[in-house]
Amino acid sequence: MNFLAVVLLLPLAGFFVVTAAPRASKLPFYYALVSSVCTFLASLGLIGPAVADGGHFTSVLDTLWVDVPGMQIRVHMGIDGLNVWLILLTTLLLPIAVWFTENTMKQRRKSFYAMLMLFEFGLIGVFSALDLFVFYIFWEVALVPMYLMVGAWGGARRAPASVKFFVYTMAGSVLMLGSILYLHSQTDTFDYVAILNMFSAGTVKLDPQQQLLLFLGFFAAFAVKVPIFPFHTWLPDTYAEAPMPATFLLAAVMSKMGAYGLIRYSIALAPAAAQRCASWIAVLAIIGIIYGALLALVQPNIKRLIAYSSVSHLGFIVLGIFTFTQQGADGAVYQMIAHGLSTGALFLLAGYLEHRRGSLEISDFGGIATSAPGLATAFSIALFASIGLPTLCNFVGEFLVLQGAAIAKFSWAAWAALGVILSAAYMLWMYQRTFFGKLAESPKPFADLTRRDWIPLYPLIALMVWLGCYTQSFMPTISAATSHLLQQTTMDNQVTVELQKPHATAEVANAR
Amino acid sequence: MPASMLPGYTDYLRFLPEILLSLFGIAVMLLEAAGNLKKSHLGVVALVGIVFAFLANMAAYSQPGPAFQNMLIIDGYGTFFRAVVLVVGFLCILTSLSYLDREGANTGEFHALILFSLVGQCIMVTAADLIMVFIGLEISSIATYILAGFLRDDRRNNESALKYFLLGSFATGFLLYGVAWIYGINGSTNLQQIQQALEQHQGPPIIAALAAALIFVGLGFKVSVAPFQMWAPDVYQGASAPVSAFLSAGPKAAAFAILFRLFMTSFRPMNSRWVWLAWGCALATMCIGNLAALLQTNVKRMLGYSSIAHAGYVLVALTASSSVGVAAAMFYLASYALMNIGAFSVVSYVAGRNEQHVRIEDLAGLGRREPMTAALLSVFMFSLIGIPLTGGFFGKFYVFQAALNSHLVWLTVLGLINSAVASYYYLKVIVAIYMHEPGEAVAQLPPPALSLRLAIWASALGVLFLGIFPGALLSFASLSAAVFK
Repeated sequence: MNFLAVVLLLPLAGFFVVTAAPRASKLPFYYALVSSVCTFLASLGLIGPAVADGGHFTSVLDTLWVDVPGMQIRVHMGIDGLNVWLILLTTLLLPIAVWFTENTMKQRRKSFYAMLMLFEFGLIGVFSALDLFVFYIFWEVALVPMYLMVGAWGGARRAPASVKFFVYTMAGSVLMLGSILYLHSQTDTFDYVAILNMFSAGTVKLDPQQQLLLFLGFFAAFAVKVPIFPFHTWLPDTYAEAPMPATFLLAAVMSKMGAYGLIRYSIALAPAAAQRCASWIAVLAIIGIIYGALLALVQPNIKRLIAYSSVSHLGFIVLGIFTFTQQGADGAVYQMIAHGLSTGALFLLAGYLEHRRGSLEISDFGGIATSAPGLATAFSIALFASIGLPTLCNFVGEFLVLQGAAIAKFSWAAWAALGVILSAAYMLWMYQRTFFGKLAESPKPFADLTRRDWIPLYPLIALMVWLGCYTQSFMPTISAATSHLLQQTTMDNQVTVELQKPHATAEVANAR
Repeated sequence: MPASMLPGYTDYLRFLPEILLSLFGIAVMLLEAAGNLKKSHLGVVALVGIVFAFLANMAAYSQPGPAFQNMLIIDGYGTFFRAVVLVVGFLCILTSLSYLDREGANTGEFHALILFSLVGQCIMVTAADLIMVFIGLEISSIATYILAGFLRDDRRNNESALKYFLLGSFATGFLLYGVAWIYGINGSTNLQQIQQALEQHQGPPIIAALAAALIFVGLGFKVSVAPFQMWAPDVYQGASAPVSAFLSAGPKAAAFAILFRLFMTSFRPMNSRWVWLAWGCALATMCIGNLAALLQTNVKRMLGYSSIAHAGYVLVALTASSSVGVAAAMFYLASYALMNIGAFSVVSYVAGRNEQHVRIEDLAGLGRREPMTAALLSVFMFSLIGIPLTGGFFGKFYVFQAALNSHLVWLTVLGLINSAVASYYYLKVIVAIYMHEPGEAVAQLPPPALSLRLAIWASALGVLFLGIFPGALLSFASLSAAVFK
């Protein structure tokens, strides 16, 4: 039995069931919860094969979809070490989002659940697609429900924010579509694996000019989605205006779509161009790291602060990818998961804060640690994870990224490290003003987390610690995939060959 | 006259859809005059006529080939477009039933005019001779001029009809002049013979090129290609919504069909001359349509400009000048027809009596009041944007693939950027229906009539079907486009 088919189709089934459910009842919630939890359980079945052989695609789905002269599209999907944890992250966070919605959202929850299910369908498709055309389809399928969630359930300025989000993303993704079409005109197939095989067999060769065009098309879509500075301007508005469950998913998983695309497609399909552009992309990533951190420092609003901190942390992921080192790539993938968990938890907790006080301005808070010690503790764990405290998840990712950056170019590591320091500054300062100090004046006493509120936090906190302490459970799978990928990229390039000694993978794995 | 010149059984079979449509058109008018049938039933008669014509179209395709001494050619290509215009006519009549009731203008005349217009379009798409092109175009146009001004007490309708008529007949003049020149050079109006003559370089090439340009002007007007697009927004805005739906889908598809047939067969030998013309017009059409649509507040006018932009995408397929391009255009026009009619149907529903509510903000809150209709409208909008799993996406995708296969890298990039820009104005509609509180227009909206609901659902299902299972139609399109090398 192929678990991937189940994982992919369950959310779609969930979408239809939720849509058909009666509006004024608890049923939509139960359907959404059951569907997302079952998806999560089914996705556990993907781990076994992927861990056993992270460098190759397992649980492969492959069926013919469109077959006309001059165009053949296969629904080709598979799991390897690169996407298995991302899919698990998605399937884990979705039930949390559903639970969170039920407890904090006031109206029109049914349609929201339907959108969540559709979004999950799109995301899983994006992460597991091995056909460029199918990838593009899921890429857009994930966009539409998110757009509607932001636009229909968001804050006061939701309409302009959602339109900005959509148009920005659309502009990037049509250019990616151009690249996909271009690649098809050269190779006559959309199949990712087949194209890579053609490249390595030398049956199709793209000259540097063609590669650059191809790379820029893909880069446009992914850079907007991550986002990389200076394409980030949609992010603060969208994160701030989106309803909290949507922000939670935007930050935790949707931003990984771009990062995943960069490492899976940009680098592998146009390796020479990617390496040629690596230095300026790394510089953009570092600017993003520092710029995001500086802006986070001055935000008066918790949601916006976490949003800008996301810009900063996502910079690390991009930097890691474009160091073209084993450490950098491993760190980037690890950081994707870690950032998903820590930022997800932060937005979740911010959601509880907002639910209690009706605002997220830092000035409206203060001294709430006394009345809500549980909330304060949970928040501090997520916050320390986000800063990158050792034994918590982000540390591993950021450390490896910095290590990779230091190997590629030492000054990159030095500048990026500045971002780590700044992140401690803005996070702790915000924490201090929100949870400690003078008690803010408020008509209602501030309630602590209830048992219902804690439920989604347990798995997140447990995983943050697990990823921080016991890297070995996740890393070998990732390394197997990234080393495979880096081999692809070094085929026609001499610059990084010296970094790619045959035993480098084993060495890195042992070092951890 | 030799016996072989007389039309035989197969000639009539191949011409059967047109015959049936004409008969039903006349029947509708006679039944109305007889007066013993309810007005709304006349529409049903017309619908039945279209269904029969559709079946006849299939029957005709069982015996493909020329008819009436090469005046018509029934091939896969023509059959495809006949089916498209028939479906367009069917959906438009379905949409108009409740609309005409509401406006108190339910007469058989309307349905008869649609049927006659369809006759013209069917002739156009199967024409193998410039004379037939002209006859088909005129039959179709004259009927649509009247349809545009159908509500004769409505000022906007009158303006629309007058503009359409004056500019349209002017453009037809160009077409006819081009046909005359072609005849002057080659001594023939048959599409195949023109091609052969041009291949053998008969006559001065510059005259042939000018003649082709004149014909391009005439047909370009009908499909609203820049710089001949001016009339489209005014006419679509002024005409009643079901008529606008019809104009933007049926005559447009037919005119494009014959444009492609002409330029891919007759003027094929001059390919290197007109391809740059098409390149420029495609880009200008996309840009003008999309940029102007950004500024519109009236939904019908916005859809008018959007139809210009979509004509630009189809022209990209012409610029590719390959059989893949033709197949892409076929698929595109079919899916465009469905999504545009769907969008106009919802507009005609929300507009209310006298079409008072046709601004974008009048759609505000439709998502609360009529969630199903709103969801279907967003399907049409997403399809117009070109979001995957809708027909609009596959059409656009296939068009740009054809362009890239013909090495039109820059046109593809600019076209793709255009389609991203376009998403902004379609989103305005979605913003209105989902992100605003119900306004006055929506608050007192009755539920849609059954016929209207049927039309909207059929269009939406068609759009989704083409998006999820494009294979069947794409195969048929590329198979029948293979004749255009």
